[in-house]
Order: sequence, then structure tokens, then C-alpha cells
Amino acid sequence: MLKGRLRKDRIARHYMLTVTILAMFVLLLIGGGLLVKSLPIIQEKGLWTLLSTSNWRPFKGDFGFASYIVSTLYVTGIAIIIALPLSLLTSIYIIEYASPKILRAFSSVVDLLSGIPPVIYGVWGTLTIVPFISETLAPHFVEFSTGYSALAGGVVLAIMIIPLIISILMEVFGAVPKEMREASMSLGATKWQTVKKVVVRKSIPGIVAAVVLAISRAFGETIAVLMVCGNFTDLPKSIFDACYPIPALIANNYGEMMSVPKYESALMFAAFLLFFIIVVFNIISRIVLIQIDKRYQL
Amino acid sequence: MEILTETLIMEKPKQVRNRKPGCDKPHIEVEKLNLYIQDNHILKNISLAIPDKSITCIIGPSGCGKTTLLRTFNRLHDDNVDVRITGKLFVDCEDIYAKDAEVTHIRKKMGLLAQRPCSLPMSILDNVVYGPRLHGVRGKHKLHEIAYHQLSAVGLWDEVKDRLKTPASKLSIGQQQRLCLARGLAVEPDIILGDEATSALDPISSKTIEELFVSLKDKYTIVLVTHTLRQAKRIADYVAFMYMGELIEFGTADQVFNNPKHKLTQEYISGGFS
Amino acid sequence: MKKLEEKIFKFLMIGSTALILSLLLYILYIILKKGLPSLSWEMISQIPSGGFYLGKEGGILNAIMGSLYLIFFSVLISLCISVPVVMYLNFTLRRKSKLAAIARLTFDVLFGIPSIVYGAFGFTLMIYFGLQASLLGGIIAISLLIIPVMIRSIDEVAILIPNELVEATKSLGATNYETIKVITRQLLPGISTAVLLSIGRGIGDAATVLFTAGYTDSIPSSLMQPTASLPLAIFFQLSSPIEEVQNRAYSAALVLTIIILILSFSARYFSRRLSKNKI
Repeated sequence: MLKGRLRKDRIARHYMLTVTILAMFVLLLIGGGLLVKSLPIIQEKGLWTLLSTSNWRPFKGDFGFASYIVSTLYVTGIAIIIALPLSLLTSIYIIEYASPKILRAFSSVVDLLSGIPPVIYGVWGTLTIVPFISETLAPHFVEFSTGYSALAGGVVLAIMIIPLIISILMEVFGAVPKEMREASMSLGATKWQTVKKVVVRKSIPGIVAAVVLAISRAFGETIAVLMVCGNFTDLPKSIFDACYPIPALIANNYGEMMSVPKYESALMFAAFLLFFIIVVFNIISRIVLIQIDKRYQL
Repeated sequence: MEILTETLIMEKPKQVRNRKPGCDKPHIEVEKLNLYIQDNHILKNISLAIPDKSITCIIGPSGCGKTTLLRTFNRLHDDNVDVRITGKLFVDCEDIYAKDAEVTHIRKKMGLLAQRPCSLPMSILDNVVYGPRLHGVRGKHKLHEIAYHQLSAVGLWDEVKDRLKTPASKLSIGQQQRLCLARGLAVEPDIILGDEATSALDPISSKTIEELFVSLKDKYTIVLVTHTLRQAKRIADYVAFMYMGELIEFGTADQVFNNPKHKLTQEYISGGFS
Repeated sequence: MKKLEEKIFKFLMIGSTALILSLLLYILYIILKKGLPSLSWEMISQIPSGGFYLGKEGGILNAIMGSLYLIFFSVLISLCISVPVVMYLNFTLRRKSKLAAIARLTFDVLFGIPSIVYGAFGFTLMIYFGLQASLLGGIIAISLLIIPVMIRSIDEVAILIPNELVEATKSLGATNYETIKVITRQLLPGISTAVLLSIGRGIGDAATVLFTAGYTDSIPSSLMQPTASLPLAIFFQLSSPIEEVQNRAYSAALVLTIIILILSFSARYFSRRLSKNKI
């Protein structure tokens, strides 16, 4: 009886350990697999040429990623610039000022919307943001824009990551102890002063974490951006120009990549680039957070 | 820091607070105060005048509303939408629950010491000068001066003078509680409120805090909610006994402890219930 | 001055809250407006005829069934991996174990990896094993995508289980495995929430299935056949010049949104139950 139980326990233990190691191994496997696949193109062109040139003529064997990298940064940057202030203001309002009823209602709305898939945001973007930019906004600034642009990509991404950021921020602000607010108020601070000097300060690690997650999400988002940003290979000159972020590049060309030599390798290099940047970014931000915690013990 | 200690050995002028002309009431006077949380009647018709410049302890079994009463002094129930308050509460002759009362200015008159020390997420120095900064005191030198005075007043200066820039959360709990007291004193209040301020501390730290209260009572009106009768016996000048949301008895410590008028008080003090 | 600053910021805060709420409602409104007129019983009960890109007839049953197949099997696989992993991290390893810390960091990083990377990686795997775009390929890619989601979500709840419960069970002479069985029952609401969350994430993601599952007009009858899916039904059919086909995209968008709404409401229901049962 006991023997049987112990054997079961041992099997379970082994299974759990194996699965854990395997699941962790996926990270290495993805990195390694994509790297191996992209080695041919790296060896032929050299890393620096791939990253710094912007000629993209797969049929002639030119693979320059510069314009894709710039586009990705453009779109992600626009998204964060729009989303972060809005999310901060909103979540502070909801947690600190709004009534419990509004808080409950709002958090269910946010939960709901953070679940809506990117492709839906993409549909919405093509139906509303793109025409709005081409007909209403762009004419004030440039001669012509189809609306399918870096700005459209950024706006759609922003709206997509706002629920994500808000749901984290609400949790972060909500976790600041009530006593801390009272301590500040009892010294004669107004509500706003308390929010500014105590709540936000205390929440800095959480805010950083939210931003990191949001950037990761925006950076690698494919479909929503692909549907609205125009996908035109060139360095975008203004936010009203079409752009072509890396994930869109991969998604758009997977069909034909088998027919051109080195094409597959180039696209896998693109995927590796995304992977590498996200991993490094996440690890750096983790280290920064630990440092903040050590130094300030917020 | 050295320059500081040298230039700072000068007596700080005691602030004279502008009271309303003609105000002869004590700092805190409660008049027919009722407090409801949703439909529960928590504080029942409490009237009480807290004597100035002495220590008043509020005692009573847990759940009797003593902490709730203390928090009404500082209007800390404001953010709770379920709480409804009727009656009047005068601080320096100003009804703080009047419609036009300005809350930050009232809170500035009181320093609050919570059950657990709650250091703000910043350095020791910034904690102490948090209040003065809010109220417009500027200049590094001036702020350091305040920090020196208040930290000395709570006996913390020598312990922390070399690490004023480190996070306050690195201090021990007893030190943090003294820091919180210094922080409260830095806004130059007339009143100190303590909500079981020693319950989370070790015996030695709580003794330090108790002694601080006694040494501060010449300058401040101190109201403490205490969880132990012994503490009240040690330091109280006046004692208020509460039971089930009502103020049962109020008098000098000597009278309440040695010659209680009310039967409930008698039972409570003799340990009949807790 | 103090007051003015607070007033300005309060104004901004209310403004941004209103803006965000109205934007989000606007999204739902557009999806409803576009999707409702074309959504009908025929739409969700028929597969497209004459090619999904050009044929005017038929509906999106291929995509609905494809998505259901994909998500059902991926969730099953992910559960078999995530639950043991979380149990191992929380209840077998000692608290503050190095392995657990590294594992958590790894899963956090995996959580942040874009779905297109999972798609591309899944695709290389398939080439390596000589597979075509198929239901199986899609299942593998989606599993990779949602395993970190599931692990993180269950882990969040498992961490809250008080140590005393574990100790109490162990002190009765239970083996580690038996203890974990007891705890798993405690964690069921948390696991349900995690499953719903993962379904939401997996069913709506287009980039993972783009390379791996392919797209087809019919409902797959084996693991080796390619399969349609809702997000790709939207993506592909929206770009068609034919209005009827576009309408299929809009209905697919509405169906997908409705699925997400249902998932979200049930997740809320479970997590409310969860907080009530919290020890």
C-alpha cells in the first residue's frame, strides 16, 4: 500500500520536473531554432548590413531590415505615447476618485476589452481610424495620405494596449496601503498631492512593469498593425506615411518565402530579431526593477 | 551634516497658532456626534471636551468605536461613502463637519500616529519634511533644520543622522513609529492623535514612545486610543471610557480608575470583561 | 494654486476616462453594426461555397469549427503541462527555490514573446518534421502561445494558498502527490479562470495560425488537414473585393467578439466565486 503510494509520488514528481524543464526549454528552443534558421543570411550578408541597409529586393538577394526596424519603433513609440498618459490618468481617476460602483463597472469593462483579439481592433481600425486619417486629419498636414499609415498603426495599437495597461495599473494603485494615503492626508496633503507624491511614487515598479508588458505587446503585434499601416517598404517620412513593421513583414511574406533562396532565412532572422529584442528588453527591465527595489525599497 | 549640527543649535521659536479671536473652547470639542456606517449606528450621541495640553486616553473593549471616534477628529472617514456623520466637532472653535470646512487645513493641526508605523515611500529626510514641504517650506537648509529638530525631539537624530537619505522602510518598526511621530510634529500641530500607536511595537520601543508622549504633553494636546489598560494607567491625565458606541464616562485618570461612577466602567477596569 | 493643479488634472482624468470608455464602446458598436445585418443562421451553419475568397454563398462554419478544434486540443495539452508545472513550482520545490525563480522569469519572458514568433517557430518545427500546414501544426503553435498564459494565471492563485494548508495535509502523512491532489481541488476556480483566459487569448490570435494551420473551405476531418479559423476568416475575407465575402468577415468578427464576451463574463463569475472561497 505505502509502496504504491510512494511510487505514485515518485512518478508524479518526475513528471512534474520533466514538464517544468521542458516548458522552460521552449525559450531556448525558440531562440536556438530561429537563430539556426537565420544563420545562412547572417553569414552571407553580415549582421550590420542586414540591420543598417534598407534595400529589400528578395528576388535580387537584397535583404535590408532598416526600414522595418524603424517602422516597428515608430508604431510602438506612437502607441506608447498615446496609451501611457491616458491609462495613467484614467486608472488614477478610477482608483482614487471614482465611487466603488464606477470602479466595479469600469473594471469589468476593462477586463472585457483586454480580451478582445487584435484582429477585431484591426477591423475597427480599417473602418474608422484609416478613413478618419485620410479624410480629416492628414489633409491639414500633408498633401496626400491613404490613411493606412504609421499613425493608424500606432493609434490602433494604443487602443489595444490601453485596457492591458489600465488593468495592471488599477491593480498596482489599488495595492498601495490605505494607511499610507491616510498618513499623507493627516499631514495636511490634499488628495492630489497624496496621489502625486505617495501613490504614484509607491507604484513606480508596477508602472514600469506595466509599460514593459505594453511595449512587448505593441512591439510584436502583427495582425492589428498589418491591417492598418499600409505595408510599404520605405523609410516612413512622416507619421502619415505607410510603414511596414517587422511582424507584418513576416506575416505577409510567409507564402512566397519558399520560392526564393535565402528568403526563408531572412524572414526567420526577422522573427529572431523580434524574439531577441523582447527577451533582452524583458530581462533588462527585470534587472532595473530589482535595482529600484533595492535602492528605494518602495 | 556637520555644518548642520553646528548651525542648528539654536532654539526654535515656538509657533503660536492663530486661534479665532474670542475662542475659549479647548482644541477639540465634540458635540452630539453620531456616526453611521450604512445602517449601523457606530457612534451614539457623543459629547466630549478634550482638555488642552494633557494626555487623554480613550479606553473600551474592542469594537466600542474608540478608533472610529479618533478618526472623526481627523476627518479620515471622508473617503468612505458608506459613512454618515451628524453632530458637531469643533477644532479651535471651527466645526470641521460644517459644509465649508477646509479639510487639509484642519488635518494640519493634528499629527496622527497609526497602529502600525506607516513610513511614506521615500527617504527618512523626505518623510520628516513631507508635511512642511506640502505647506510651502522651501530651501534645503530650512528643511534640514526642521528634520534635525523633529528627529531630535523623538530621540531619533543620533540613530539616523548618517543615513538621512536611505529609504525610511529600512528602519526598524520602533524607529519607524518615532519617525512617523517626528513627521507629524513637523507640521507644527497642536494636537497629537494616537491610534493604538504602540500595539505593533516591542516593549522597549513602546516604552520610548510612551515617554515621548509624556514629555510632549506640555506643548501638545494628546489623544490616545489605547488597547491596554495598563498603558492608560501609566500615562493618562484624563480617561474616556466607551462602550458599544457610547461615551460612558469621562474624567481625570485618578477619578476614573480609582473611583468610577458608572458600573460598566467599574467592571471594565476591574477586568470583568475586555 | 494647489487647487488649480488638482482641478486641471481632475478634468484631464475625467476626460481620459470618458474618452477611453467611449472609444471602447465605439469599437463594440462598429463590430455590432457591421456584423449584425449579415449574421444569420445560414451564416454560422454553412461552410463557404465556391472558395472562401471569391464565393458569394455560404457561411463561416469552417472557421467556427476550426477554431473550436484548435482551441479545444491546445487547451487540453496546455492543461497537462501548466498544472503540473505550477504544482511543482509552488508545492514541491521549497519556497524561495532558485529553480522556481528562474522558471518564473522564463515564463514571464515567454509570456511577452509575440505570437508571430510562436507562429514562425511553429512553422520551422513543422518544416523540420516534414509537416504541412495542418490542424496539428496550429494546435502546437497555439499551445506554445497559451502555456505561459496559463502558467502565469494559475501561479497567481497558487501562490495565495496558505502554507498551513500544505503543511496540514502533509502532517497527516500524505505524500507530495496526494497533497497536490488536495490542493488542485482548492485551485479549481483559479484553473477555470486560467482556462477561460487562455481560450480567449488562443482563439483570437491570428499570427500563430497564419503559418501553421493554413486556411481551407472545409471542416478538417483529421489532424493532418489544414483548418480554417475565426481570426483568419476575418483577416482574409475582409480584404476581398466582394461584398458578400466581406460580410462573412464581419460576421466572423461578431461571432469572435461574442465568444470573447461570454468567456469574459464567465471568468468574472469564476473569479468572484474564487474570492468568496478564499481562505
